[in-house]
Amino acid sequence: MFVFESGNVAAAGAVKLARAKVIAAYPITPQTPLTEKLSEYVDNGTMEAEYVAVESEHSALAVCIGALSAGSRAFTATSSHGLLYMAEQLHWTAGARLPMVMCVVNRAVGAPFSIWNDHQDSISQRDAGWIQIYVADHQEILDATIKAFRLAEELCIPVMVCYDGYYLSHTYMPYEVPEQSAVDAFLPPYSYRHTLGPDNPASLNTVTLPGGRLDIHGEFAPGYMELRHSLDLEMKRAIDIYTRIDGEFAKTVGRGGSPIVQTHLCDDAEYVAVALGSMASQLKDVADTLREEGLAVGVLAVSMYRPFPGEILTAALAGRKRVIVFEKALSFGQSGALYSDLRAALYSCDTKPIMSNYILGLGGRSYKSSDFCEAIRQSVARDSACGDHMGWIGLNR
Amino acid sequence: MEAKKTQILDLCDEELVHPGNRGCAGCGLNILYRIGLKAIGEDAILVVPPSCLTVVQGLYPITCSQVSVLNVTFASTAAAASGVRAALRAQNNDHTKVVAWAGDGGTADIGLQALSGAIERGEDILYICYDNEAYMNTGVQRSGTTPRGVLTANTSIGGKRERGKDVAAIVAAHNPAYVATCSAAYPLDFHDKIAKALSMKGFKYIHAHTPCPPGWQMEERIAVSVARLAVTTGLYVLYEIENGQMKLSEPSAKLLGKKKLPPVSQYMQAQGRFRALTPADIDSIQNEIDTKWAGYRRQMTSAAA
Repeated sequence: MFVFESGNVAAAGAVKLARAKVIAAYPITPQTPLTEKLSEYVDNGTMEAEYVAVESEHSALAVCIGALSAGSRAFTATSSHGLLYMAEQLHWTAGARLPMVMCVVNRAVGAPFSIWNDHQDSISQRDAGWIQIYVADHQEILDATIKAFRLAEELCIPVMVCYDGYYLSHTYMPYEVPEQSAVDAFLPPYSYRHTLGPDNPASLNTVTLPGGRLDIHGEFAPGYMELRHSLDLEMKRAIDIYTRIDGEFAKTVGRGGSPIVQTHLCDDAEYVAVALGSMASQLKDVADTLREEGLAVGVLAVSMYRPFPGEILTAALAGRKRVIVFEKALSFGQSGALYSDLRAALYSCDTKPIMSNYILGLGGRSYKSSDFCEAIRQSVARDSACGDHMGWIGLNR
Repeated sequence: MEAKKTQILDLCDEELVHPGNRGCAGCGLNILYRIGLKAIGEDAILVVPPSCLTVVQGLYPITCSQVSVLNVTFASTAAAASGVRAALRAQNNDHTKVVAWAGDGGTADIGLQALSGAIERGEDILYICYDNEAYMNTGVQRSGTTPRGVLTANTSIGGKRERGKDVAAIVAAHNPAYVATCSAAYPLDFHDKIAKALSMKGFKYIHAHTPCPPGWQMEERIAVSVARLAVTTGLYVLYEIENGQMKLSEPSAKLLGKKKLPPVSQYMQAQGRFRALTPADIDSIQNEIDTKWAGYRRQMTSAAA
């Protein structure tokens, strides 16, 4: 069924189709319409779930941690300060290996306060042990959120589905809602291998010593380092597993095919623009325009940012003349985080492209397709001998 | 509702806390935990934030407890317990008990917001705060419930300048299903209040005064008798609140008939942590106790009239 709705409603629809049983949320703009819609589904009985209206985001994730540990599929969503207020709980969720799914409706972080969009919130949490997926349109919000539950539950690693506040959350677009039966066929009921309860008494997340210890049977139990090592190994498997899951989703629902990175006009592109989220949609138009000018421009959207698909990106970008990374977040004193990661991935390749990093859109500063065109032209025109460079778009000085 | 009075021989034989755990000698929490779990039983999920209980329960991969425990972040106890309850409700499980068990720091300070939220939502959980009146697990720093004048690692010269928070009163102001105060010196009272709380729906709160020999600077062997002195001198009052009505529990109710209570200086002089108090400070605390009990007696008289 095709509907014409907002990105937040697309996300709510996905959570309903995924049959989440416990939803905990605290209001923060621009996430609110998503969780309001879920509370409506629960109240009017179209969704069989517990809705816990908590007093903070820290508690929202605490409720989900409790629910997942006790054996029920859980969901929350947040933005900006809400995500950062959860920071401790983000690490806890990943360390406890809980299969959590959360939508992050991307928004800038204060001070000064800004309710508008950028990516600083989720990018700053990239090292918390969560898988991060960035989506470019409403259909991807819905599809990725459903697939995220499969991914989280297969790997016991939490997943953030990140989408741009306002650009996606509050705009309306047509998208297709799959049948409940198709989603049920794709996503089995929640089962967690360490469900806590009287039938399976255990003490979860206890104190670990620096070294490993013997258990009461005299067998070696892994310690903190081994648990972290295992999280890293399993996280890296997410690239293959998500690709398989996406294939199964395509079979059941009829959509999918490029879950890790998405490309547009990349086959013969000499210059590739790289971005996260909705910027990638806009960059497709930009590439089409520049192609008319005779510039061989392509676009690559990084859909899965953690784990970082370095090999896929290296294969896609090695040998290009320019790689131009557009980012709405910044690791202060360094560069955009995606740019750093990408540059590190391309370091060992013999045909490393010249790279540019453009920072734009912070705190909702507007940007136009013409801004992207200009930046790409500027990057292309630079003398290769000058090497990589960093610039800002839309800065008033 | 009149609570059943359990005698020591009536307690269930099964031990849900194994001996040889990491509790200190004379630890009041160990008494409460052992007797409390007998009242709670095995069909339960405990939710525990960082506290001495985390250490008592054991270091991975060994635990002293026979009951399921979810260890959670410091500020999140009541919220995580709400999540466990929500999951059980979603699974139509109405028999498994959800018990949050936290210290005074985890309750009165960092966990207060989540606690308040959970009470306001009427979550069907029992929340037990064992109050040893400081952050004992991190080396005895002041907490919100540390009484005025107490020497701690970060009030080491003149003692804490501020009064302790009355957490049970803060909780009671939310009008939950049940509020009770307890003491590790009266474990059977604690046992029966847990049993009573768990028979009720909605949010239940038990605040338990808990002696800590290293933190209170006293010999291990006198821990229980010092905790008892807190009650018998009238300093720490044992009561229950149901439907907004406060009722003194037996150990405290007995004091109503006494013309004069034993001096609170006995309690203070037994512990090193009060040694910064001057005789005038102790007199002032004694006056507060006397005024409080005069009030209780007046209430009794007017209730009888």
